Amino acid sequence: MPSPAFHAPDTVEGAIALLAADPLARPLGGGTDLIVQVRSGRVTPSSIVDLKRIGGLSGVRRDGEAFVIGAATPCTSLKDDAQFSAAWPGVVEAANLIGSVQVRNRATMAGNLCNASPAADSVPALVAAGATCVIAGPAGRREVPVEAVPVAPGRTSLAAGEFVIEIRLPAGRRSGSDAYLRSIPRTEMDIAVVGTAANLEFDGEGTCTSARIALGAVAPTVVLVEAAGAALIRTRLDDAALDAMAEAVRAACDPIDDKRGTISYRKAMAGVLARRAVRIAAERAGVKA
Amino acid sequence: MHAPETMKPFRHIGTRPVRPDGVDKVTGKALYGPDFKAPGMLWGAILRSPHPHARIVSIDTREAERLAGVKAVATGRDFPTLESLVMHVGEGASDIVDVAHNCLALDKVLYEGHAVAAVAATSPEIARDALALIEVEYDVLPFVLGLEEALAQDAPLLHDNMFTKGVKPRPDKPSNASMRVEMGAGDIEAGLAGAAVTVEGRYTMEPVHQGYIEPHACVASWNGDGQAQIWCSSQGHFSVRSLTASVLAIPQSDIRVMPLEIGGGFGGKTTIYLEPVAMILSRKSGRPVRLAMSREEVFRASGPAPGAIIDVRIGADADGRLVAADVEFKYHSGAYPAVDAGAGVSSAIGHYRIANTRVVGTEVLCNRPAAKAYRAPGAPQVNFAVESALDELAARLGMDPLELRLKNAAKPGDPQTSGLPWGKIGWIECLEAAKAHPHWSSPLGPNQGRGIAGGYWGNYGGPSTVNLSVAEDGTFTVATGSPDIGGSRASMAIMAAEVLDVPYEQVRCVVADTASIGVSMVTGGSRTTFATGMATVEAAGEVRHLLCQRAARIWGASPEQVQWRSGEVVCLSGDKQGETMSVADIASRSFHSGGPIAAVSALSARGWLPGFGFHICDVEVDPETGHVAVVRYTAIQDVGRAIHADYVEGQIQGGVAQGIGWALNETYIYNEEGRLDNPGFLDYRMPVASDMPMIEAVMVEVPNPDHPFGVKGVGEVPIVPPLAAVANAIKAATGKRLNSLPMSPERVYAALHPEG
Amino acid sequence: MNKIHVNCAVNGDATEFLCDPGATLLDVLRDTLGLTGSKEGCGSGDCGACTVVLDGEMVCSCLVLAPEAEGRSVATIEGVAEGSVLHPVQQKFLEHAALQCGFCTPGFIVAAKNLLDRNPDPTETEVRYWLAGNLCRCTGYDKIVRAVLAAAAELRQERTPACTRPRQ
Repeated sequence: MPSPAFHAPDTVEGAIALLAADPLARPLGGGTDLIVQVRSGRVTPSSIVDLKRIGGLSGVRRDGEAFVIGAATPCTSLKDDAQFSAAWPGVVEAANLIGSVQVRNRATMAGNLCNASPAADSVPALVAAGATCVIAGPAGRREVPVEAVPVAPGRTSLAAGEFVIEIRLPAGRRSGSDAYLRSIPRTEMDIAVVGTAANLEFDGEGTCTSARIALGAVAPTVVLVEAAGAALIRTRLDDAALDAMAEAVRAACDPIDDKRGTISYRKAMAGVLARRAVRIAAERAGVKA
Repeated sequence: MHAPETMKPFRHIGTRPVRPDGVDKVTGKALYGPDFKAPGMLWGAILRSPHPHARIVSIDTREAERLAGVKAVATGRDFPTLESLVMHVGEGASDIVDVAHNCLALDKVLYEGHAVAAVAATSPEIARDALALIEVEYDVLPFVLGLEEALAQDAPLLHDNMFTKGVKPRPDKPSNASMRVEMGAGDIEAGLAGAAVTVEGRYTMEPVHQGYIEPHACVASWNGDGQAQIWCSSQGHFSVRSLTASVLAIPQSDIRVMPLEIGGGFGGKTTIYLEPVAMILSRKSGRPVRLAMSREEVFRASGPAPGAIIDVRIGADADGRLVAADVEFKYHSGAYPAVDAGAGVSSAIGHYRIANTRVVGTEVLCNRPAAKAYRAPGAPQVNFAVESALDELAARLGMDPLELRLKNAAKPGDPQTSGLPWGKIGWIECLEAAKAHPHWSSPLGPNQGRGIAGGYWGNYGGPSTVNLSVAEDGTFTVATGSPDIGGSRASMAIMAAEVLDVPYEQVRCVVADTASIGVSMVTGGSRTTFATGMATVEAAGEVRHLLCQRAARIWGASPEQVQWRSGEVVCLSGDKQGETMSVADIASRSFHSGGPIAAVSALSARGWLPGFGFHICDVEVDPETGHVAVVRYTAIQDVGRAIHADYVEGQIQGGVAQGIGWALNETYIYNEEGRLDNPGFLDYRMPVASDMPMIEAVMVEVPNPDHPFGVKGVGEVPIVPPLAAVANAIKAATGKRLNSLPMSPERVYAALHPEG
Repeated sequence: MNKIHVNCAVNGDATEFLCDPGATLLDVLRDTLGLTGSKEGCGSGDCGACTVVLDGEMVCSCLVLAPEAEGRSVATIEGVAEGSVLHPVQQKFLEHAALQCGFCTPGFIVAAKNLLDRNPDPTETEVRYWLAGNLCRCTGYDKIVRAVLAAAAELRQERTPACTRPRQ
């Protein structure tokens, strides 16, 4: 097993060239998944392309009506951006549940997305937020909803030579908020048994005008449960609406039994946590649920 | 024995000085097992079986040997043919044939991860690549993981020659039951029949791992003249020496084992896995060879504690007096016979006075790694069942669970399960301290519950050697053969300083290698502060005596005319009356007054006493998710007498944390192919800092009259009660009894929501 | 093998090394530079025993490729004390007996110092969550948390931290 080659290009084009030239090359963001996989022999890339030296790929910035998060931005630094944290507390908390502080100082949301684990913590929050990502590759750049990237556990829709360069979220928050909750056996350091994200908008009366509920670890990819969102819209999050939302969440679950959880527990927890996430998002929006 | 006058207040005993090895450990200078490098060292790696049970048809190592940079390859055929010989190493006993075959399989692999071959190469990468070139042909056999499955008539047999020990007459057919142990008194069935109230239940758990953070590692260098050095971390370098010498059939004195700092053991480093393999690779290559396990290898191939099935029946009369207890359990031994059942039998119900008892334990072989000692080996499992059942009994009786325990608690002189009387135990004192503790009467919040449990561990004494020498400037060095896992160098220095009545800093303590000190048993069995401490006290007393003699000689006085006082010698009569001579004075003149001053104490310590603990645990259960948070924990323990109070508390707190982990989340998960599914810290879920509350350690001191300072072992007891204390707290919070460990959120949820 | 030449600063000293491109920073620290204070407990970022500070942020050095260190600053346990003068976190670990075997201790000290460098007055809960990536199997964390809180108090120049019992 020869050690993979290491490259640290300083431009997006340089990275594309390296990735396109070698089908077994892998981009390196924070490395908290990739390095573990390489060392265990689960993946055997011929070269590793470090994205962190590319100008503009680290940090949060505003681009008109969007927040732009560079692909090489570690999860902890999302907290340093007060505007972003105020607008998307659920995304920030989801990204800051991954691993430990040590891990989050390296791990990136783009990496979390492209690792394509169904249990990725930040992805349900991004999906609920309606985030998109910009993908760069030999054929140029394209922007897709984040949920279009993972297609199966460990597999993405990225073509040869492509990689995610940034994640974009709406910057013009109106009157809503978001939240993410997960179930893990311990208090930290675990992979989500179930993850639930809620992103809600309200009118001035406290009536829900928009709701996106997304689930992690209950299907091969993150699930956006439109019926769950629909159950909340035009309600003031009364018990009947929350029950209907939770029922839709449970119905959308198609989990597996594995070492981290059973089908029945995952389904049950999806309902419980989705309810709690909705309540938290509403509270953050200043609405009493 | 030169016991000090224990009536006077102590100068050092019970204080909390900084440990002598502390600065090295907070600055990263301390060298642990994986830190050591020898000049010219090669890097070893081990090929492990992917199958849980298979016959090895052939191993072809030729390709690996041809790889550039590979200097040696080893298989089980490189070990000499050995005769069966059971060796006792602390809290375990193993047949040396099994030890050898566990280091490198010979004919069969018995668990996934079983070592089958090893290489040594000039880099870790080459060693790893060479493993991929070794061709092993396996004849895959049916495997068995479960206890009841392994005992079934048609179960796959791990060993064709295994006839259950402890059964009369000897069974005529081999089985996977390696040993059966039974103890008891009275008439169990009559006792149960006569009880006013009885409870019965089955309690189960899978194996758990000791979870030390330092993986096993060693460097071995075996020269052509037969002499060898091994650098490794272990709980007993003398055991490393004796086991390695026996596996290789060479004289023990040809091996010098240099103890490195040990990064946790908890019983799991009382055996050997790597050392004989590194020795073979070193002899073949002529160079020092390092072998180190990855975390995954530690989980797949090093000793877990046994899982268990425990059936309990307990009966009481209408007043809550226990009248009968029947406990029958099966423990996983894994691939080779283990010895936890014996300790399990003696640790089950001996803390109560019960007229009619029957305790039966069976060791069951299965295709899992060989079980090894884990902190009070064999006790927590059975205690979980008994102390859970007692809680049920108290509820049935309508009795306060603490009162039930107090009413039936064994006192000094009462019989143990073996029939022998208890010595000066402090069990009642622990219960009384619990009753008086504010925790016991504090209010609980919503969804909270309080559980209690008591438990004990027999502890041990055994062989230790200490060499206490006086330097020319009058300072002291204590050399022991006991690896320091959790502050024992500080404890030895405290005890020596107490006997000598000198400042703590005037005594330094080191752990000496096998060529530099006499034989000492492993640091295990909660024996070190007791037994090595006893040797330290004896050696310090002898040195004090020698210093008095020398002073008398220098003064021209008789020994009767001098006395040790406040760390120096005083002349009591004659023309030097009233004069004093410091240790420094005596030591500086020692070369001309009889030679260097030193004393060796080599003893087998007797008179150890068991330790008892009683725990109070508050949990908060999330009724919607089944998550359990331990919100308050108090562990009360009879420690005999605390030598270094911080490290006694630390032992109690650490044992409790391991017990809470065992109770709530830790477990081995095997998949349908018989392979371990969670061989890492991510999915083998040990408690992290945010999972734990502060743990209040309450030290009750009922001194051991047979130890110069009253010491009782403290390290193991605290892992015994937590399993039941947590289970009983969950019962109190939810009304649900959980009989299976771990009590994970999912299990608690299922109990709360049986409808699904 | 195509080794990579890396220049970086380790504990303030300009350092250069050659490494295999797939080597981790932990491999280089331990095997190439002889800095064995950072420990490998798992190799997968789950135990924190290899914690170092990379450009001011604490990371698991087993999850950093050594070539990534080019031009960057690495701080390890070996650089926490100033000469023979221990950092208050180290001193409090000793005074509070916050270590038993000591194997996890370097990672805890590096992580705790990194916390106190940015938050001089953490709560017990903040300390516990900050240190959740560092496994200790010996102590049950009690004395570690107390030592960190005591070090914080000392750094703030308070004499008696609220959470610490009186000591002899």
